[in-house]
Amino acid sequence: MGDKVMSLDGVIGRLRSGMTLGIGGWGSRRKPMALIRAVLRSGIGDLTVVSCGGPDVGLLAAAGRIRHLVAPFATLDSIPLEPHFRAARERGALGMTELDEAMFMWGLHAAAHRLPFLPVRAGLGSDVMRLGTGLRTVTSPYADGEEFAAVPALRMDAAFVHLNRADRLGNGQYLGPDPYFDDLFCRAADTAYLSCERLVGTAELTKDAPLQTLLVSRLDVTGVVEAPGGAHFTSCAPDHARDEAFQRLYATTPWDDFAARFLGGAGEYDYRRAVRTWHEEHARQQGAER
Amino acid sequence: MTAATRAEYCVVACAEVWRGAGEILAAPMGLIPSLGARLARRTFSPDLLLTDGEATLVGTDGTTPEGWLPYRAHLALVMGGKRHVMMGASQLDRYGNQNISCVGDWTRPARQLLGVRGAPVNSLNHPVSYWIPRHAPRVFVERVDMVCGVGYDRVPAGAERFHRIVRVVSDLGVFDFATPDRTMRLASLHPGVTVERVAAATGFPLAVGDDVPYTRDPTAAELRLIREVLDPAGAREREVRASGPVSDPVSDSADSADSASGGS
Repeated sequence: MGDKVMSLDGVIGRLRSGMTLGIGGWGSRRKPMALIRAVLRSGIGDLTVVSCGGPDVGLLAAAGRIRHLVAPFATLDSIPLEPHFRAARERGALGMTELDEAMFMWGLHAAAHRLPFLPVRAGLGSDVMRLGTGLRTVTSPYADGEEFAAVPALRMDAAFVHLNRADRLGNGQYLGPDPYFDDLFCRAADTAYLSCERLVGTAELTKDAPLQTLLVSRLDVTGVVEAPGGAHFTSCAPDHARDEAFQRLYATTPWDDFAARFLGGAGEYDYRRAVRTWHEEHARQQGAER
Repeated sequence: MTAATRAEYCVVACAEVWRGAGEILAAPMGLIPSLGARLARRTFSPDLLLTDGEATLVGTDGTTPEGWLPYRAHLALVMGGKRHVMMGASQLDRYGNQNISCVGDWTRPARQLLGVRGAPVNSLNHPVSYWIPRHAPRVFVERVDMVCGVGYDRVPAGAERFHRIVRVVSDLGVFDFATPDRTMRLASLHPGVTVERVAAATGFPLAVGDDVPYTRDPTAAELRLIREVLDPAGAREREVRASGPVSDPVSDSADSADSASGGS
């Protein structure tokens, strides 16, 4: 059986500009942020991004790497509106296919099942059908004759997900309350890259956790990266909560300043060090104010 | 016990949308609707289900898990119909079309907000109500810039049997669509509010009956629950103030979007 462990930059070496990239997690929850930061360090751009958007979308949009976004929303959860996503939209720099959440999930299901579309009772009557996104309808062939939105398959060239644990073969495990759509992203993509908090032996995955936590199968995974804190600054329960103080900094700092201080280094190690330094300063400042 | 505040009238008016709902999921977005849903469950609608705001269905104490509802199961529940959501709205029109996506032209919005979230699927599949913490002409508009939640004039054929906008609750009153042409009607005024004030704060002509009742008073037991059990810190009083100050349009939009989550 093949060992799929690779480095963050090893993953990036397999990507190319112009790809359709799916990003797992949800809002500011369990986002594969270390992989996103690796994209930012590379020259890869012109991406079509498929995501339940959070700071993943904000970072890529601020850096001008997204040509087109497929999403039902973008939010930082504790901060409702994603500032860099907003700014990109408001300067007309971000084309979008804006889908309802159920349409989005059905689009992933269609792609995972190799179907061209799935019908859904959502979208009709709303403006998601009228935004030049090419959405079509389909009519039930049965007696009811009801018309539905035909959500096209959201097939992707590559998907990124971040999970709590994985083995070297690509079996991935979530230990938090919600799987989000990470297994669907992996199955709906031609290649899928899984980062994890900790790489463990296969037997260790189910030593203290039930079988149902094994969310992603190795047959849907191309590469595995061990990236402790790889979801930072989003939440990755139960390993760590969202870094709210740092998220506030992200949301309120001009992009150039934020990028220069935290994203200018040669690797993830430099990011972690810059974050640690900021936290030390922040704590000192808070102490001084008290 | 001191007289009920405006915020407490709002909590009770929100609770009332779930009266008689039976054994379904109450999905409140935002603080006042959450207090309302929890109040309804502790009083007149004990069979309601509630989540912790993430993936857990919780008991009446707000913490004991009684079920698991991750996003994928939540969306399936939406399509199954056993749910009544109370969403926010950045804009709302007379037919109940709702916008939480963006203000201005969608291709290049003047203000990008949340995105459509689950508003389209919610509105075609189960009862929907709306909560507007600051009633203003900027929210109650002639025509919304982008239809997210579907109003009565845009329901597609076949979905009429599931589409229902139960009520709109604002800091000024309660509204429904019990008119022949399914346009918004003033159903009750919160005490201290006049019909004229509501009309002035609404950007379209509102159906108003001859004798508009006042929103019902909270009972002593309800007030005790709100003040001592559900919101002892009084967070509700920061969301709704009785003599509403003229609000800043910028922070206002963000506030509306804050409570406007759609799918969860």
